[in-house]
Amino acid sequence: MINPGDLEMTRRGLLMGTAATVALTAGAFPMPAEAVVGAAAPQSVPQPDLAPVTSAVSFTVNGTSHDLTLDTRTTLLDALREHVHLTGPKKGCDHGQCGACTVLVDGRRINSCLSLAVMHQGDSITTIEGLGNPKSMHPMQAAFVKHDGYQCGYCTPGQICSAVAVLKEIEAGIPSHVSADLTARPQFTADELRERMSGNICRCGAYSNIVDAITEVAGRQA
Amino acid sequence: MRPFTYERAGSPAEAAAAAARNPGAKFIAGGTNLLDLMKLEIETPAHLIDVNGLSLDRMEATPDGGLRIGALVRNTDLAADERVRRDYGLLSRALLAGASGQLRNKATTAGNLLQRTRCPYFYDTAQPCNKRQPGSGCAAIGGFSRQLAVIGGSESCIATHPSDMAVAMLALDATVETVRPDGATRAIPIADFHRLPGDTPHIETSLEPGELITAVTLPQPLGGTHIYRKVRDRASYAFALVAVGAVVQPDGSGRVALGGVAHKPWRVAEADAELPKGARAVTTRLLAGAAPTPENAFKLPLVERTLGSVLAEAKG
Repeated sequence: MINPGDLEMTRRGLLMGTAATVALTAGAFPMPAEAVVGAAAPQSVPQPDLAPVTSAVSFTVNGTSHDLTLDTRTTLLDALREHVHLTGPKKGCDHGQCGACTVLVDGRRINSCLSLAVMHQGDSITTIEGLGNPKSMHPMQAAFVKHDGYQCGYCTPGQICSAVAVLKEIEAGIPSHVSADLTARPQFTADELRERMSGNICRCGAYSNIVDAITEVAGRQA
Repeated sequence: MRPFTYERAGSPAEAAAAAARNPGAKFIAGGTNLLDLMKLEIETPAHLIDVNGLSLDRMEATPDGGLRIGALVRNTDLAADERVRRDYGLLSRALLAGASGQLRNKATTAGNLLQRTRCPYFYDTAQPCNKRQPGSGCAAIGGFSRQLAVIGGSESCIATHPSDMAVAMLALDATVETVRPDGATRAIPIADFHRLPGDTPHIETSLEPGELITAVTLPQPLGGTHIYRKVRDRASYAFALVAVGAVVQPDGSGRVALGGVAHKPWRVAEADAELPKGARAVTTRLLAGAAPTPENAFKLPLVERTLGSVLAEAKG
């Protein structure tokens, strides 16, 4: 009988191993040439083949500085996950549509999947790991737990980073699409929170609990 | 994504010169649209010129009472600027109706103007698209065209321009300031900036190769009531089916521009003159010559009704 303690394999390690197997399988059975041609992306401008290019970049993540040499194509999200080894920021759509990759850069929330790592020279980046940990949770993390603001949890790090920034944006007086008066101070209403959180998708549909969690933290700050 | 070399430019003229030196180079600022397209290999620049260090992120009053907006001012900061909220509410409203909070924090004023269409056939690299690959054909014509243009299209392209901000800029008579690779500067009226597709839908603006936007300037405030009404499939974070941007004066005169109907933000001077007569008269002029598909013909009455609602709101 296998003792679960003997299996020193993380979920991430298992997934990576599985992905390698899939890649190997795909390589072993090449697609017919005509299928490859049919699937090839038509290019507006033919480009000469260029070898991967690397570039150095230094930034701070959760208070720790990192000096990295990266392929210029590396997104901030991939740099955080694959090079800084922080897997809190999640890769959902990888096209800026779902918000799972949301992190704070110099205090502002952005989609880390739509930003090149080499463009963050000198920046200060905060991921969910930098907001708090299970022993010392950020108030927003604690509120998400209390209000059950998630089901599968995949979107949650992005939701929480976004929510922390949303409250700062309202405090700073930044209006939203639903603010009735552009020149008045925006309020911490549920309508405002829903609109401002619309860049974070939750396929489990925990939205109402997410609004409850953010509302509680907003109430404490107001 | 295709490999590319990368440099940080030190000045606007240097950036434009670098673009001229490197055929196939692209400027990158916020990157929220360009990187999306590079991942799909719809855009394949061999060289990126990062313009974020160019100190073009300031806003200042102009001598004639207008506002000069640096090309790198982020959408969030432009929408939240006190002067914009007070004097150019249409611009704030249009910006806030677009994208998400995360995207607006990165996206820039110049980049927003240069966004590319979200036509599904432009995005689907297995389909012909004259905009993506000139001469390959247009799969949108006769295809799924519900979102696409109803006016100003051609036999080559029926894509729409996706920007909300540009609709407001057009109604406000903004001017786009640029620098060219030889260092010469020019000012392009926004009405001349975006192009109709014709038989060259891949050429979307009047910018020359290597030309860099440095600022967008607004003339002095118009007063009046500023309304931006965007009709879309979701209440938030979706592109427009139809958008109406209007500035209406107490006497009923004003100006109106549309989004979601054409290859560029849409405004017709003769239609502005009809505003006191109401939505039907304006829409008749605005959409004269429209050639919708069976799938998007609904946009014509939708424009009239949305404008009717905007004019009713302006009356108070």
